[in-house]
Amino acid sequence: MNSTLLVNIFRFVLLLALQILVFNNMNFGGYVSAFPYILFIILYPVNGNKSNLLIASFFLGLIMDLFSNSGGVHATACVLLAYLRPYFFKFSFGLSYEYQTIKLNDVLTPERFTFILLSVATHHIALFLLESFQITFVLDVLLRTFLSTLFTILTCIILIYLIKPNKR
Amino acid sequence: MQQIFSFILKNSNRLLFLLLLGIALSLTIQSHSFHRSKVISSANFLSGGVYERINSVEEYLHLKEQNDELAQENANLKSLLFKTKDSAEIPNLDSLKGVLPKDIVVCKVIHNSYNVYENFLTLNAGAKSGVTPDMGVINSLGVVGITDNVSANYSTVISILNTKSQINAKIKNSDHFGSLIWNGKSTGFVQLVDVPRLATVKKGDTIVTGGQSVIFPENIGIGTIDKLETDSETHYYTITVKLFNDMTNLGHVYIIKSGNSEEIRNLENQHKKDE
Repeated sequence: MNSTLLVNIFRFVLLLALQILVFNNMNFGGYVSAFPYILFIILYPVNGNKSNLLIASFFLGLIMDLFSNSGGVHATACVLLAYLRPYFFKFSFGLSYEYQTIKLNDVLTPERFTFILLSVATHHIALFLLESFQITFVLDVLLRTFLSTLFTILTCIILIYLIKPNKR
Repeated sequence: MQQIFSFILKNSNRLLFLLLLGIALSLTIQSHSFHRSKVISSANFLSGGVYERINSVEEYLHLKEQNDELAQENANLKSLLFKTKDSAEIPNLDSLKGVLPKDIVVCKVIHNSYNVYENFLTLNAGAKSGVTPDMGVINSLGVVGITDNVSANYSTVISILNTKSQINAKIKNSDHFGSLIWNGKSTGFVQLVDVPRLATVKKGDTIVTGGQSVIFPENIGIGTIDKLETDSETHYYTITVKLFNDMTNLGHVYIIKSGNSEEIRNLENQHKKDE
């Protein structure tokens, strides 16, 4: 139990640092960017405490907002994702997901991919909609969401493979 | 009573979610309203400090461009200096008219965003250097933005690449003015709207800051006209302006403390009160 807590704190700090130092400076074509910091919410233990996750996600988003001058956009998107996470689990792994031992940071299966896709897409739609906050930009926002989702999923999968604990 | 408690216990996650979502949403909405300072901004010791550290490393990558820019500015100032020897000619480049050297704060952009609709810069000068909200920020090429949030050592700037930004601008050597806005599309271009059809404008004309603004002195460069369109409803010009500045690559900037702005603003506020 204690080690999971430590791993989570480590992930929280590491992913935030990575996002702010590296990924915030990367954008293709001026508006496509990756947000792999949400891996913290995606990789949080399945049976972990849900209120803790909600609070941690809120602060994760808030710190991102602090660094990108965006009010509460990231915080809202992160809290939304943290709340919807169990439903996405149910959708991608079946009803009895709680009794299975799901490990996300392992070989990529269709179930795992579905889960990551759903999570990233939800987070990005909320993020970009709130960021533009204007109905006139809707098409532009959808394009941005689509391209950024692809980009984020790619970086997430690469990161999962990199972080994967080398037990073998 | 017991039922209320059991309800709260049963739905504790949902209630916590609603609470956090409410806080986050209100912060979002608050940040999108223009007239209030933000609660969450990068002008604080945490993000300001981190950005300053990052910038001290990144600075080396742009030394060449910075040097070129400074040399260019030096050349301009030199030519100005030599011109004044000729007493018959009064230099017309009085871009900093009425601004004393002590009214300029030199500082550095330590963080720059240009990929969202509401872009902000973070500068490494704050209240300790005499920076207050609503001060103009320029560099040697032209206008950069207007200061927004100020902490002790850092300040944030509403970039001209911000859909909420509105700066008074005019066509050089005429008094036809309009508002400079950004449509959120390209980082190299901004739009000048509400210029009357009477104005004689053509492609390539220079756009400078207007005299109506209390934030910027008159005649600071912004860009050149790239495209001219007439709005079919209002019959005003909508001008696409190509910026002098490369907003994606900013180094040293100057914050201008306009001496009279306080007086003018007070006067205007008094007028509003009287009505």
